[in-house]
Amino acid sequence: MNNRIVDHPILGKIKERKVISFTFDGKKYTGYEGDTIASALLANGIRKLRVHEESGNPRGIYCNIGHCFECRLTVDQEPGVRACLTQLQENMVIESGKRLPAPLKSEGNRDDLPRNYAEFAKKYEESKEDDPRA
Amino acid sequence: MLDVLIIGAGPAGLSAANACREWDLNVLVIDEFPQPGGRLLGQLHQEPNGKWWNGIEETRMLLEKADALGADIRCGLSAFHIEKASHGFSVYTNQGVFDTANLLIATGAAESPVPIPGWTLPGVMSIGAAQVMTNVHRVRVGNRGIIVGVNVLSAAIARELQLAGVEIHSMALPALNIVNEEHGHPRKVMERLVRMAHLAPSAWIRFGSQFAKIDWMRNLAVKFYPKHGVKMWGLPIHIRKAVTEICGKDQVEAVTICDITAEGERIPGTEQTIEVDFVCIAGGLYPLAELAAVIGCPFQYIEELGGHVPVHNEQMETPLEGLYVAGNITGIESAKVARAQGALAGLSIVKRMCRESEDLKQKIHEAKQNVRTIREQVTIQFHPGIHQGRLKMETVFKEVCDQ
Ligand SMILES: Cc1cc2nc3c(=O)[nH]c(=O)nc-3n(C[C@H](O)[C@H](O)[C@H](O)COP(=O)(O)OP(=O)(O)OC[C@H]3O[C@@H](n4cnc5c(N)ncnc54)[C@H](O)[C@@H]3O)c2cc1C
Ligand code: FES
Repeated sequence: MNNRIVDHPILGKIKERKVISFTFDGKKYTGYEGDTIASALLANGIRKLRVHEESGNPRGIYCNIGHCFECRLTVDQEPGVRACLTQLQENMVIESGKRLPAPLKSEGNRDDLPRNYAEFAKKYEESKEDDPRA
Repeated sequence: MLDVLIIGAGPAGLSAANACREWDLNVLVIDEFPQPGGRLLGQLHQEPNGKWWNGIEETRMLLEKADALGADIRCGLSAFHIEKASHGFSVYTNQGVFDTANLLIATGAAESPVPIPGWTLPGVMSIGAAQVMTNVHRVRVGNRGIIVGVNVLSAAIARELQLAGVEIHSMALPALNIVNEEHGHPRKVMERLVRMAHLAPSAWIRFGSQFAKIDWMRNLAVKFYPKHGVKMWGLPIHIRKAVTEICGKDQVEAVTICDITAEGERIPGTEQTIEVDFVCIAGGLYPLAELAAVIGCPFQYIEELGGHVPVHNEQMETPLEGLYVAGNITGIESAKVARAQGALAGLSIVKRMCRESEDLKQKIHEAKQNVRTIREQVTIQFHPGIHQGRLKMETVFKEVCDQ
């Protein structure tokens, strides 16, 4: 899939650039030197960058200039990297943001909330066991 | 120790750096974006004289000058904290702490969000996101989209998307809800449309903008707004239709749009589904000023300037000794104004660092005059009351300093 704007009536033809390889969630892709992670992924037709940590709803870029943090990804094992501000590098290993266990989330009954650290730790362990995603 | 640290390599930061380098100050400019230029990079519009305002070219010229003057510009650095110190300021970034005698904050503007149901789906983005993707990264944001929010910036960027061969179905308002009153109310939008009339080749808008200045006529214009919208560059602009919902499972697949009354209320039974693969939301701009708040600079809310703005005077000085601001952080205006403000801020810093000479005095006077002249002449005006806004700020600065 190629979503590049090669010719432009005012800005002219796009410059020849070095091809850069990277992986996203284990799959191989290519982009160009000068791409951000966000632009390289979109050029490959990828809009969904992560899911909301709690709800699991899909998310992509929103502002594309570093303000909203909607595009946070894990890059070479560093979490919370903004895709729109990060320049693509050769052999980058990029992973989408995943759903996380939410042990403190009230499921409706306030009495079920942990009252101390021991209770919290127990609940956290249980939530990990219960949760097929974890 | 630096003489000057500048946060933000947009038109304001870069021209300030050049002014400081001309007087041989030791300057560092930092920016979190991978390349310098700020929001100037994405800009592309035609001036009334037919010439193109090409942000990439304008940036290149600023950078060439910076290079010749030996200014140090580093990208990929985010400033997240500032502390006052005996020498001046310590600025904390993702790549270490920088000590400086003077600090210029030129962080520009950010886009106001306009939440509507479904707006978190991948494929929904701010209008500025589409501008940067299209003109800077040269990547298509989609095959066919719709723009939600009608204002001077979204109209200009709609044109840019068209130029790049991206299909835009139309522009419409966001359905009115408690948080988007400003953008979802046809009459309020009409008031702002008046201001972009000079950008429109459409005779209707030119004509409309004349009578839209008179209240009762403007009401008629909203009331009798054409059902098929008014076309600008062949693109239908609707102010009597609103997008109520963005639909899709893993990404945008369609939007629901309906007719609205002149007051913005939905007309039941008029809902329509439009298939699109991207949506741009345009909620206008506000000054990105948190860093000035962190260091304790006083703020003032001035609607004409776009929101909460750090208190400053015409020379770009804040009430904090050694702290300066320039560009859109001081109020939303075009890049040309930001560039002129930057040059003035640079000279104000020079004044603090060097002995004041007749030459410098004259230069500051000219730079001040230049900001005013450019403000008078610019094509893109974000708020019609900008002059009043600037005057209000002058008064506030005096009050704060007298206390
Ligand atoms: C999305 C968007 C699109 C716009 N499009 C147009 C347009 O088409 N036409 C027009 O006339 N005006 C446009 N504007 C208005 C624009 O703000 C001005 O034209 C002009 O670019 C302002 O210049 P500036 O130097 O004040 O700020 P900017 O050009 O915004 O530069 C500020 C720089 O500061 C950097 N920065 C911010 N915070 C930090 C931090 N904490 N650490 C490090 N760096 C930081 C940013 O990365 C940015 O590069 C747009 C604004 C936005 C936000
Ligand atoms: S898309 Fe907003 S921070 Fe990256």
